[in-house]
Amino acid sequence: MSRIRHAALLLAFALPFQACAQEITVSAAASLTNAFKDLGKQFEQRHPGTTVRLNFAASGTLLQQMSQGAPVDVFASADQATMDKAVAQKLIDVPTRRDFAANSLVLVTPVQGGPAIASLQDLAGAPVKRIAIGKLATVPVGNYTRQALDSAGLWTSLEPKFIHADSVRQVLDYVSRGEVDAGFVYRTDAAIMQDKVRITLTAGGHTPVTYPVAVLSGSKHQAQAKAFVDFLVSAPGQQVLDRYGFGKP
Amino acid sequence: MTNALLDSFDAFPLILSLKVAALATVLALVAGVGLGWLFARKPFPGSSMAEAVFMLPLVLPPTVIGYAILLAAGRRSPLGRWIYEHFDYTIIFSWHGAVVASAIVALPLVLKSASAAFGGIDRTLEAAASTLGQSRWSVFVRVTLPLAWPGILAGTLLAFARAMGEFGASLMVAGSIPQRTQTLSMAIYDATQAGQDDLALLLVLITSAISIAILVACNRYLSLR
Repeated sequence: MSRIRHAALLLAFALPFQACAQEITVSAAASLTNAFKDLGKQFEQRHPGTTVRLNFAASGTLLQQMSQGAPVDVFASADQATMDKAVAQKLIDVPTRRDFAANSLVLVTPVQGGPAIASLQDLAGAPVKRIAIGKLATVPVGNYTRQALDSAGLWTSLEPKFIHADSVRQVLDYVSRGEVDAGFVYRTDAAIMQDKVRITLTAGGHTPVTYPVAVLSGSKHQAQAKAFVDFLVSAPGQQVLDRYGFGKP
Repeated sequence: MTNALLDSFDAFPLILSLKVAALATVLALVAGVGLGWLFARKPFPGSSMAEAVFMLPLVLPPTVIGYAILLAAGRRSPLGRWIYEHFDYTIIFSWHGAVVASAIVALPLVLKSASAAFGGIDRTLEAAASTLGQSRWSVFVRVTLPLAWPGILAGTLLAFARAMGEFGASLMVAGSIPQRTQTLSMAIYDATQAGQDDLALLLVLITSAISIAILVACNRYLSLR
């Protein structure tokens, strides 16, 4: 009896460690949430025994976590600038870096009771009281927004209307609840809330939205991490991304 | 700490935090004393249930409080829509939202200490004042409140400290808008996320100093009595 109990106890302690050895942590930009949950499952099916742990937040927030030593294996950013910062901080295994997706910046308004907007200039009008944008310091969509509005010569005049959100998904949430009159998100984000938000226009005048991915130099699971990056750029991986509306880089 | 950092230091979040905490404490004090007296002195059927509901913010995560306020006062809620249509005002993304959130979170601390303080008063003193011709209100103000005051004050100081530290519910309701709704705790969160470690540390030191001052004042006042 006691021998069985000891064996069971040993097993109970040993199992989690064994599972750990086959686990990779992927830190991905908030806009990738739905697509990566799907991709993670498909990767697990193709690599039995490997578990993919997903961590979503604004790219800048993910960078902070990694620079403070978070045990991350793969980093997927929503802009090149944040990945460049990660490279500068020597967090990235540079040869593994690849672009795997593209997106576009759109202006969304609430379906219910949103203001009529035909051009970016209409944002200056009185019916638009609040505009949600990503925080410039950490959220890539905020920087794309700034570039687009700078190109249109509107940034400074619109500044008093801005509500700064922690991630692109928070912008989407504010618009869908009608707490703001408009917000800048990616096309793929707007697509998952079609019943609540309306795409009024596609914004130009910003650097192209491309998503880089890379393995971290400190990763303890280099082989699995590289396999995950390979999967993202493979035909089946690209198919999943396409289904969620992402373009090819 | 570099001089440049001190030069660029923005006092707005600190001042807003003090303002929000002070107003929230006043709200919590008035509501807490009233409810504490009610629960201690005038128990009614279901009053212990009602007291538990008001104590909930102490137990629930602030995110629940934040979400509840969004549901109750957001632009899609009946109340929020009515206020927006009639007064062109919404509590969401305004610093008033932070006051309401902080007041709700701080209320249990005043309520519990006030109800305990009212419960511990020698009722014969109130009866004596009544026989000397004092009205019920006069008895409350001149006898009951002074006797219960140390307990209420202790709860109030804790409520102020709690309101100063409020973060989750306020962030959800008021957002973190620089120069408008960004309190000290939100400024620390933003600075940490943006990797501005020096600024985060400075703000942490400031908020710690204020909190310690409050707690020391609280202890000293109570031990003097």
